[in-house]
Amino acid sequence: MDPLGGGRAIGDAPPTGPAVVAESLTRTFGPVTALSQLTVEMPHGVVGLVGANGAGKSTLIKILLGLLPPTSGRAQVLGLDCATEGLAIRQVVGYMPESDCLPPDVSATELVVHLARMSGLPSAVARERTADTLRHVGLYEERYRPIGGYSTGMKQRVKLAQAIVHDPRLVLLDEPTNGLDPAGRDEMLGLIQRISTDFAISVVVTSHLLGELERISDHLVVIEDGVLQRSTSTADATQLSGVVLVEVTDGVAELAALLRAAGAQVADDGGAHTFTVELAGEWVLDAIQDGAADLGVGLVRMQRRRHHLTEIFRPEQEGAHARH
Amino acid sequence: MPGTEPVPGPPEPAAPGAPALAGAPARADDVIHDIGFRHYDGTRNGRGWVVRSLLVETVRGVFGLGRPARSKVMPWALIGILLVPPVIIALSILLTHSTEPPISYTQYPGAMQLVVVLFVAGAAPYCVSRDLRHGVMPLYLSRPMRRSDYALAKFAGLAISLFAVLALSETLLLVGALLAKLSVGHQLAGWAGGVLTVAVLALVLSGISLVVAAFTPRRGLGVAAIVTGLLMVSGIVQMLVAIADQKGYATLASYLPALNPFSLVDGIAVRLLGVAPTDNATYPAGAPGLLVFTAVAIVTVGASLAVLVRRYRKGGGV
Repeated sequence: MDPLGGGRAIGDAPPTGPAVVAESLTRTFGPVTALSQLTVEMPHGVVGLVGANGAGKSTLIKILLGLLPPTSGRAQVLGLDCATEGLAIRQVVGYMPESDCLPPDVSATELVVHLARMSGLPSAVARERTADTLRHVGLYEERYRPIGGYSTGMKQRVKLAQAIVHDPRLVLLDEPTNGLDPAGRDEMLGLIQRISTDFAISVVVTSHLLGELERISDHLVVIEDGVLQRSTSTADATQLSGVVLVEVTDGVAELAALLRAAGAQVADDGGAHTFTVELAGEWVLDAIQDGAADLGVGLVRMQRRRHHLTEIFRPEQEGAHARH
Repeated sequence: MPGTEPVPGPPEPAAPGAPALAGAPARADDVIHDIGFRHYDGTRNGRGWVVRSLLVETVRGVFGLGRPARSKVMPWALIGILLVPPVIIALSILLTHSTEPPISYTQYPGAMQLVVVLFVAGAAPYCVSRDLRHGVMPLYLSRPMRRSDYALAKFAGLAISLFAVLALSETLLLVGALLAKLSVGHQLAGWAGGVLTVAVLALVLSGISLVVAAFTPRRGLGVAAIVTGLLMVSGIVQMLVAIADQKGYATLASYLPALNPFSLVDGIAVRLLGVAPTDNATYPAGAPGLLVFTAVAIVTVGASLAVLVRRYRKGGGV
């Protein structure tokens, strides 16, 4: 970590307790239920909050910022109560809104300095940190030009900069990759990962695309129609799966038939020399080796596959699409 | 830490190990050192500082500071116009050898009504509708302040800006009168009354125009609404006063000016300071008149603030 940094460094003073806690959080708007009995804990690190548009992600963020009182239940951010300690929360939390929120007639530097002061930083510190932060998000010479002339990617960087300029302990990013092209998306995701690993700021990032969050998240929370679908650490979710990929030089059909006869679940994965086998027990691995030896074919590889998050969540996602 | 060069010191000085050119000026902008993200452990100021920062930023913005050149044209042109009359007045005192300025300190803002209205109409939409239209509110609301703080800071910022401009022109009028060698004590007393009057005027005009601006998200529309609103009210009230006078409702005619911000403030000044009214207007006599006019001013400012705070409790995107 940064030797100058002082203060928090990774491994130095690991944040204790979860970053965000919600207990039976419910929020209704008239007849519409935006959040329903949401109970979830989000650890420090990068937490991906996934859900279709209208799933309740933005409502949750507003409650966490202390801007919207929950109808019932309670929520805590960094140990601070969202209903009563909103000011204290907003001092140590950064927020990047999903919508366009930048006035076009000021430069990025002007705006971020102003917003840094609005987060409570003294003027001199605000100026210094603005220069640093804009550099960290990749804005250089253009930071002195009015924001009106920026590309979408540059605007997203300004939005990100204003969220981290006051060195928050947690930053809430609402759909940060919206409107970005694939390259810009990758850069933004890289930046978000750096915020957690290099800057030691915990991140809650929302998206309706699971695929992109999967890459950078340590933990994933899926909500749909205001209801918690799943809360899982990415490491758990992508554990070794119970499937073995088998590649042989020849005789795929014969070996598969042999294994089926032995009682193994064999699936054709479309490759000319490969197939997959459900790993029901150690005997399956033995059966593959023995079978290959008996048939006299070369066994090129036996590989245990990892789960892909998209596979796990697919049923929910399809359900969401069907309903909307 | 990837991408980090642990340089022990601020980025300004030349990098250690970089060829130090003896005598050559340090070109700090040639090399950018990535010293990593630095954490901040210093003081974090509370709500008071946050609101003050927003107020200062509002005042700066009203005068176009930190904004493109075209945002500076309107306020400064109007300020220029507002500052010319004192020069002319000073000259006229010198030429006519009169012992009083041709216009009193309290009459002056009323005489410059159009310019004052244009100034506040240009500034008020900047103060509020810009943030509404470009969706900036979430950036403010996610910071350690309350929704009402935003409305109050914007109101105070506009009122202070308007007061500064008006007080400056009052002061120039004083300087002109003093240069023309009028009695210092008398002029200072008049000036103090004038400054007090423009302070009230600034509060009333800011409140009204911010409310109009907060409900007209389009900037141009806001400007037009404020200008026509304030000027039309002024005209209508004058007409009503004339009609009431003709029909013999003298009391009504004397209270009606309370509906026009300019004559409202003028009425307070006349009753409170005993100065001559603008355009020979008649205001209700004695304490009841002062009481009613002052009450109207206070209610106007209070109601405007209440509406503004309400507007931001509801709106703002977050």
